[in-house]
Amino acid sequence: MDDTLLRLRGLTKAYPGVVANDDVSFDIGASEIHALLGENGAGKSTLVKMIFGLVQPDKGEMVLEGKPYAPSKPSDARQSGVAMVFQHFSLFNALDVAENVALGMETPPPLRDLARQIREVSEAYGLPLDPRRTVGTLSAGERQRVEIIRCLLQEPRLLIMDEPTSVLTPQEVEILFQTLLKLKSEGTSILYISHKLEEIRTLCDEATILRLGKNVGTCTPRDVTARQMAEMMVGSSFAAPEVRGGEAGDVLLECRALELPAPGAFGTPLRELSLEVRSGEVLGIGGVAGNGQDELLSALSGERLAPAGAIWFKGEDISRKGPVARRALGVLSAPEERLGHAAAPNMSLTENAVLTAARRKELVSGGFIDWAAAKGFAEEVIARFDVRTPGPGVAARALSGGNLQKYVVGREILQDPSVLVVNQPTWGVDAAAAAAIRQALLDLAGQGAAIICISQDLDELMEVSDRFAALNEGRLSRAVPVAELDIEKIGLMMGGAHDMEVAHAAG
Amino acid sequence: MIRLERRPEPSRLWTGVTPVLAVLLTMIVGGIMFAALGKPPLEAIRTIFWDPLFHPQFAGYSRPQLLVKAGPLILIAIGLSIGFRAGIWNIGAEGQYIMGAVCGAAVGLAFYPADSALLFPLMVVAGALGGWAWAMIPAVLRTKFGTNEILVSLMLVYVAENILASASSGWLRNPEGQGFPGSRNFKQWPAVFNDELVAGTGMHWGVVAAFIAVIAAYVLMARHIQGYNVRLTGEAPRAARFAGVSPVRIVFLCLGISGALAGAAGLFEVTGPAGQVSIDFGSGYGFTAIIVAFLGRLNPFGILLAGLLMALTYIGGELAQLMLGLPGASIQLFQGMLLFFLLATDVFTNYRLRFARRETA
Repeated sequence: MDDTLLRLRGLTKAYPGVVANDDVSFDIGASEIHALLGENGAGKSTLVKMIFGLVQPDKGEMVLEGKPYAPSKPSDARQSGVAMVFQHFSLFNALDVAENVALGMETPPPLRDLARQIREVSEAYGLPLDPRRTVGTLSAGERQRVEIIRCLLQEPRLLIMDEPTSVLTPQEVEILFQTLLKLKSEGTSILYISHKLEEIRTLCDEATILRLGKNVGTCTPRDVTARQMAEMMVGSSFAAPEVRGGEAGDVLLECRALELPAPGAFGTPLRELSLEVRSGEVLGIGGVAGNGQDELLSALSGERLAPAGAIWFKGEDISRKGPVARRALGVLSAPEERLGHAAAPNMSLTENAVLTAARRKELVSGGFIDWAAAKGFAEEVIARFDVRTPGPGVAARALSGGNLQKYVVGREILQDPSVLVVNQPTWGVDAAAAAAIRQALLDLAGQGAAIICISQDLDELMEVSDRFAALNEGRLSRAVPVAELDIEKIGLMMGGAHDMEVAHAAG
Repeated sequence: MIRLERRPEPSRLWTGVTPVLAVLLTMIVGGIMFAALGKPPLEAIRTIFWDPLFHPQFAGYSRPQLLVKAGPLILIAIGLSIGFRAGIWNIGAEGQYIMGAVCGAAVGLAFYPADSALLFPLMVVAGALGGWAWAMIPAVLRTKFGTNEILVSLMLVYVAENILASASSGWLRNPEGQGFPGSRNFKQWPAVFNDELVAGTGMHWGVVAAFIAVIAAYVLMARHIQGYNVRLTGEAPRAARFAGVSPVRIVFLCLGISGALAGAAGLFEVTGPAGQVSIDFGSGYGFTAIIVAFLGRLNPFGILLAGLLMALTYIGGELAQLMLGLPGASIQLFQGMLLFFLLATDVFTNYRLRFARRETA
C-alpha cells in the first residue's frame, strides 16, 4: 500500500534486564485496520505506548503522514491525530457520561454542547449512549463506548484499540465492528490489539505479529488460518486441549435459589441463582463483566456467607460455613483479581502458598507454620505450572500478571479439590500458558472433580465446558449443553440485547 | 526532573538503612535547632547520646535508667506493632497503660497489707486485664458500629487521665498520706514492690516481660498462623477474607494484645520505678511507644533496639536540660523529628529516585 499513514522504522526500547521492542518496523496504511498480535510480554504495550507518547523509544523513528513524529506526551499524540482506547477504562463512576468526556479534554465546551456532540457522534457511529447516564450504572460495553466517543470527538487519524472486545457480548462486538468499519470507510486507520484470532480474521486488513519484542512477520489475516497466526505468535505449534470422554457423575455442588444482596453501591445482587455441577463436569458461566461474577465466586468460596439452605456440597448444607471449612471439605476457588484478592502483593510466593493451602497441604501444625513445607509446595506449583520467577521467595507483585495467574490457579489445582470455582482463569495469560491452564482444568475434571469456570472469554468457555450458563444482572440462565449452542443463542442468554436500546429510548 | 519510581519489591537494604538515616538526620537537624536556641550543637548531641552511658560523673546513675525507661516502651511498642501490621491503629496505648496501672494497683491495695507471693502476679494479671478491657472499647465500637479506632482509642486516653486523677486524689489515695494526692507507696510494701532484680542494672520484672514479649512476638509473627493472619490482613484485607480470616477476630486480637501489654507495662511502672499511682506517673510512654514501634520497623528485634535508643534520648534529654538548660519541649521535638525523618526516608523502601533524561512535563 503506497499511501501510508504511520511508518515505524527500527523502534527499539530497552528496560533494565529486558528489551521490550527490538528493531520493530512496519507500516499502517491509511484507511486500514491493522492488527497487532502477540503473547503477553511480546512488547505490544510498549510499542503502543511509544506511538501514543507515553514512552520514548531508545532508537528508531516514526513518520506520520510524511512528517517526522516523535510525541513526548499523550497530548502531543492527540494533537497529531492519534487517539487511544485503553483496555482498562479511566472513568469516574459517580460522574455522568458527558462529565467524564469533558474531563478528558483540554478545552471542554459547555456541558450542554458537549452532550449534543456526544449524541451526534453516538448516532453517527451506531454507538448508543445517553450522555446523562451516570457511568457507575453502565455496562462494560457502554463504558467502552464512552472511551471511544471521547476519542472520536478529536477526529483522530489513527485510533489505537487495546483488547477492545475482552469485555463485550457477541452483540456488542458486532456493534463495535460496524463502528470500526464505518470509521475505516471515512479514512481513519485503526491499530487493533487483540488475542482473539478469529475476530482479527474477520475485521483486520493487515496483521503484524510480535514475539519477544521482535516483528516476526506480517500477514493478511483473511489469507491464513487462526492456527497459523497462533503458531507465529508462540513460535511453535501448541496443543489444543484434548477432549475427554468421561461421563458426568454425582452432583457435587448445588445452589438452590441463592439470594445475596449487593456488597456495595456498584456491586450486583445475586437473585434466585440455581445451579448444579457434577463430578467430572465443567460448568461454564459466561456473561459480561459486572453481572455478578465476583459476587458468585465470593458466595461459593465462603467469603460471603449465604442464607442457610442455599449452597449444598454432596448433600450437606455449607451455606453458613466459611472459606476454611469449605476448603477442608474440598470446595476450592480462585478469584479473578490476582493481586489483593487471590494473593497478597507484598508477600512472597511461599507465604501466598499458605493463604489457601494451609489446611489441605498440612502446612500448619499446632498453629505453627511449617515454612519448609510451604516452600516445597510453592516450588511444586512453580514447577508444574511453569511459573517464570527466580524462586518462591519473590513477592507476588513482582510477577507478571500471567505468571501470577498460573501460580494462583495452580495453587488450587494441586490441592486436589472436589469442586473448583475459577473466575477468569486465563485472563491476561499468553496463549501457550492459557492452553496449559485449560488442560489442567480438564484433567482435574477427568479425575472426577466438578469445575465451575466463570469467564468472559466465550472461546475459552466453549473449549472447556460441558454445559454453559450465563449471568445477567445476578441471575443465572438455565445451563445448556455446549453442543446445543450457537453464538446467537449465547448472546441472547447473556442478555446483552437490553442495553442496546438505551440511546433510542432516552433520545 | 526527579521522579519516584515504584520498586517491584520492597528494598531489604533500605528497610535496614532508613532507621539509621533517620537518626543521623535527626542529629543534624536537631543540632541546627539547638544552635538556633543558642546552645552548642555538638555538645548537646553528645550530652543526649553519649553522656548517659559514659559520663564519668552521671553514668552511674543514668545507665540503669536505660532499662527502666526502655522496658515499658518496648513492652507497649511490641503490642502496638502487632496491630499496626494488621492496619489496626491503636493510638491510645497511653490510656490502656494508665488503666492497667490503676486496675492492678487497686487490686493489690485491696489486699493491703497482705504478704503473699501470689499478690504481685495477681496484680500483673489485673493490670493486663485493665489495659485489655480499655482497648476492648474501641474494638467493640469498631466491629459493631464501624467507628474509627484511632479516634476512639485516642480520646479514651483523656478519659483514662481523668480516671487516674480521681483515683490518685480520691479513691486510691493513701489514707496515711496527710491528704497528699497519690496512692500508698509500693516501695514500702516489699511483698509487691517491683524492685531491681540485679542491683545497679535497672532490670525489673517489666523489663523481663519486655524481653519475653520481644521473643514471643517474633515467634508469633514469623511462625504462627495467627501472626500470619495478622500480617495478611494488613497487607491485603480482601485476600485475608478469601483465606478465611475473620476481620472482626483480628481487630479483637490486635487491640486485645496491645491493650494487655500496655496495661501490664503500667502495672510494672507503678509498682516499680514510679512507686505509686500519682497523676503524673506516666511520662507519655504510651505515645512514645508509637514512635518506637515504627522506628523498629514493626519488627520485634528492631523495636528492642529502638526502645533502647528512645530511652537514651529520654535520659539524655533530661541530662541536657540539667547541664545545658535546654527546654524540655526541644527534647520532645527531637523525638518527634525522629519519627518524621523515619517516615520521610521510608519512601525509599518502596520507591527509588529516577533522574529523567528528558523533560517530559
